[in-house]
Amino acid sequence: MIEALALTKDYGDKRAVDGLTFTVKPGHVTGFLGPNGSGKSTTMRLILGLDAATSGDVTVNGKHFRDHKAPLHEVGALLEARSVHTGRSAYNHLLALAQTHGIGKTRVQELIDLVGLHDVARKRVGSFSLGMGQRLGIAAALLGDPHTLLLDEPVNGLDPEGIHWIRTLLKQLAAEGRAVFVSSHLMSEMAVTADHLIVIGRGKLIADTSVDEFVRRASGAIVRVRSPQATALRDLVVGPDVKVESEDGALEISGMSPEQVGDLAAANGITLHELTLVQASLEEAFMELTRDDVEFKAAAA
Amino acid sequence: MSAAAPAIPRLEKVGRVTQARVILSEWTKLYSLRSTRWSLFAAVLLTIGLPAIFAAVTNSHWAHMSPHDRADRHPLDIALAGVNLSQLAIGVLGVLVITGEYATGMIRSSFIAVPKRLPVLWAKIVVFASVVFALMLPSVLIAFWVSQSILHKIPQLQTSLSAHGVLRSVAGGALYLVLFGIFCLAFGAIVRNTAGGIASFVALFFVIPPLLNVFPTSWQNAINPWIPNSAFRSIFQLTHGSHSLSPWGGLAVSLGYTAFAVGVAAVLLVRRDA
Repeated sequence: MIEALALTKDYGDKRAVDGLTFTVKPGHVTGFLGPNGSGKSTTMRLILGLDAATSGDVTVNGKHFRDHKAPLHEVGALLEARSVHTGRSAYNHLLALAQTHGIGKTRVQELIDLVGLHDVARKRVGSFSLGMGQRLGIAAALLGDPHTLLLDEPVNGLDPEGIHWIRTLLKQLAAEGRAVFVSSHLMSEMAVTADHLIVIGRGKLIADTSVDEFVRRASGAIVRVRSPQATALRDLVVGPDVKVESEDGALEISGMSPEQVGDLAAANGITLHELTLVQASLEEAFMELTRDDVEFKAAAA
Repeated sequence: MSAAAPAIPRLEKVGRVTQARVILSEWTKLYSLRSTRWSLFAAVLLTIGLPAIFAAVTNSHWAHMSPHDRADRHPLDIALAGVNLSQLAIGVLGVLVITGEYATGMIRSSFIAVPKRLPVLWAKIVVFASVVFALMLPSVLIAFWVSQSILHKIPQLQTSLSAHGVLRSVAGGALYLVLFGIFCLAFGAIVRNTAGGIASFVALFFVIPPLLNVFPTSWQNAINPWIPNSAFRSIFQLTHGSHSLSPWGGLAVSLGYTAFAVGVAAVLLVRRDA
């Protein structure tokens, strides 16, 4: 369980995280979504006490992270930035972390096997591929059997098998009753793993909702209509709260439900060939919501 | 590895973080790096090898040396000659113990495991100081015996550990390296950058002292004993003039400098974003 309250972080005069309030509940995979540079990594660093908040507060399982007696048992973290000494072997890296909590060598070996690093455990981490580095990070995160998992862009650099493995793992961890908080800038990744979404842009909370509701809200309920009397229909429906756009000979109406459009057409004797409620994909919903919040935008063509 | 749902082994017993456990962890971190083993090996080699070479050279040239040159030679200067070079290896390792973690990002893993942070700094100091002392005390003793046995034909250069101040001087050489190493570690923690850390201690100990020559002699005599370089070296110098601190005075001042540097490092470690 992670509880953030009006969490704010300034770096100099730049506000990286701006008044974030959210809760990450146990038993769910909560996706943490935002464009690059929107403050996801900073938020994770604030949760872990690596950076101090400018104002606001964040607790993990009821306490500030640093006040826990066995921090690795409370939170397992995989940060986006590399956080392993490249000159040390994977085994010694995990062993050094384990020893701070009196965790034994058997456990270290178990996790090395679990993440599939058995054959390279004694090799220096500097020689690892990005994917192997991620697996080592996962092993470190699971070392203390934590109640809460904090994973920053965990699928980065993984091959398809690795991505599938992470997805399965995240769901399983949540099913075991742990709180899983996983960030990504890829909407599609969240669509398959997360139950709940926290979306931020430029450090501000944009949405805190279930995945289904997020799509519903963002799509703005577009009704797609095809009619031989399109011009007549357009004149009928258009109004201050209703926008109409033409697309491939169809009309896309926003601001009305399919029922309203159908009833209006019937009452005016207009033939309809198609009447569809268009749901935006998660990707489109994300783009729509964060359009104004992307920090580094390609110049419009 | 199977792509199917992996069974995540549960942990039966979860221990809390204690200072002793963090010390064990830092010991693992120290010995598991190649750079550590090389630096320490170099320090041992220089501490013993250099006096052996100096002794051999002195021994073979003794017959041709002027009385003035002979009077200039002192058995302890020869025995502790290696300390002057091995201190560089120790200083660099002291800096690396902490800046290596900042350079690689390991510091984040360390602070997630031990978010109170200070136990990590204390553990690094304890482990590093113990290892340096455990290796350097035998090294300076061996250097003493080796150089003495090479010089056994020259009565003027014979001394023994039981002679006044000799044991203190030799052991002081090891203690000097320990304190100097801790000082450099603290500098590394403050600067958080390997190049910067090394540059800081080299500047403070080796570059700035000769620059003090621009001051009038009376000023130099007043300042010199108290600058870190002279104060630290007083720990192992056999002869102490009117313009240098006594061994115990030097030790006290060095401890003061070291404590100050460690204190600043500790405050910054807790306050700064990692």
